[in-house]
Amino acid sequence: MHLAQLNVAHLIAPIDGPELADFVAALEPVYAIADSAPGFVWRMKRSDDPTEVIVHEYGDDLLVNVSIWESREALWNFVYRSPHLELLRRRREWFLRTAVPYTLMWWVPEGHTPTLGEAMERLESLRTRGPGPEAFTFKEFYEPGASEPSLP
Amino acid sequence: MKSDDLESMSVLADPVRRDLYRFVAAQGRDVGRNEAAEAAGIQRTLAAFHLDKLVDAGLLEADFRRLGERRGPGSGRPAKVYRRGGPERTVSLPPRDYRTLALVLAEVVDRLDGDQEGQEAARRTGERLAAASEHTTLTDVLAERGYEPYEEGGRIRLRNCPFHVLAETHPVLVCSMNLAMCEGLLRGLGEDRFTAALDARPGECCVAFVAEDITGHIPEGPSKNNQD
Repeated sequence: MHLAQLNVAHLIAPIDGPELADFVAALEPVYAIADSAPGFVWRMKRSDDPTEVIVHEYGDDLLVNVSIWESREALWNFVYRSPHLELLRRRREWFLRTAVPYTLMWWVPEGHTPTLGEAMERLESLRTRGPGPEAFTFKEFYEPGASEPSLP
Repeated sequence: MKSDDLESMSVLADPVRRDLYRFVAAQGRDVGRNEAAEAAGIQRTLAAFHLDKLVDAGLLEADFRRLGERRGPGSGRPAKVYRRGGPERTVSLPPRDYRTLALVLAEVVDRLDGDQEGQEAARRTGERLAAASEHTTLTDVLAERGYEPYEEGGRIRLRNCPFHVLAETHPVLVCSMNLAMCEGLLRGLGEDRFTAALDARPGECCVAFVAEDITGHIPEGPSKNNQD
């Protein structure tokens, strides 16, 4: 099984505005790091231009990332132990704070590439029903086939 | 406190073992018996005995690996190598448990979205720690704080994260606070030849110090503003 991931962020200003300039400038190097990271499998993209963000029907201010990784460790190391961490540290400069979960994971069979609709449904499930085997987080992580979260 | 932590510590009562443990831990890589024996100034067989005692206590991990370039027939058996063990050992007498409280507080700060306040408090703490330290150079103060600094490519990198458990459970909050604390250390030392930046990689502290001098030379010598 592979680990699929969705994260969403509400922009504080238009993506092509001056407020987001530092963030947009970081997209190319950080996606390059993701694409060559150990355990990276796939990510959803609109084109080969990393500054062209995914267009969807969930609102213009919503930035989405969907990707697939070989393991929890591979995804964790990219998110928190690479230059991506600096983007997370500065997230309040670019994104609105949300009281609801904005990121989740779930297991997919190898070779399956999820659609954005499928990913957003799982986010909705996490937000309404809390973490479970179908939609979970790093804090409450479910191993493949597990019905209970693994202890940290 | 777990009783086996105290047992592990008692293995370090022998000064030769302490030297061997410190040497292996400081290398940040696999160390062979010969190298460890040489560093401790003892015979290889004696070093092997003490290294294996440290493995039994869980303070070191052992592995077998071919040292050197030779491969195939004639290259000999793989050598036994040692590295620092993963599990944390904490001994506090009488028993204290600051970790659990720190985890609870980190959870609260996260929920209150208090990153900014957390960073400001960490920066002030860093300043105070540096000012109160007996040490005057950045690397000495970092070593004193348990960061295990080393030089790489003109940067001071930190082999050990002193806040490891919290950095795993609340990485963005804790790593941002750690960066702020490192900035505070620089300010407290009056050290303006370096800036602290996030440069995270697996298995190490997330902060690195970049020399302002772009030649990549790491400046040496005291720089603390001595005001007393």
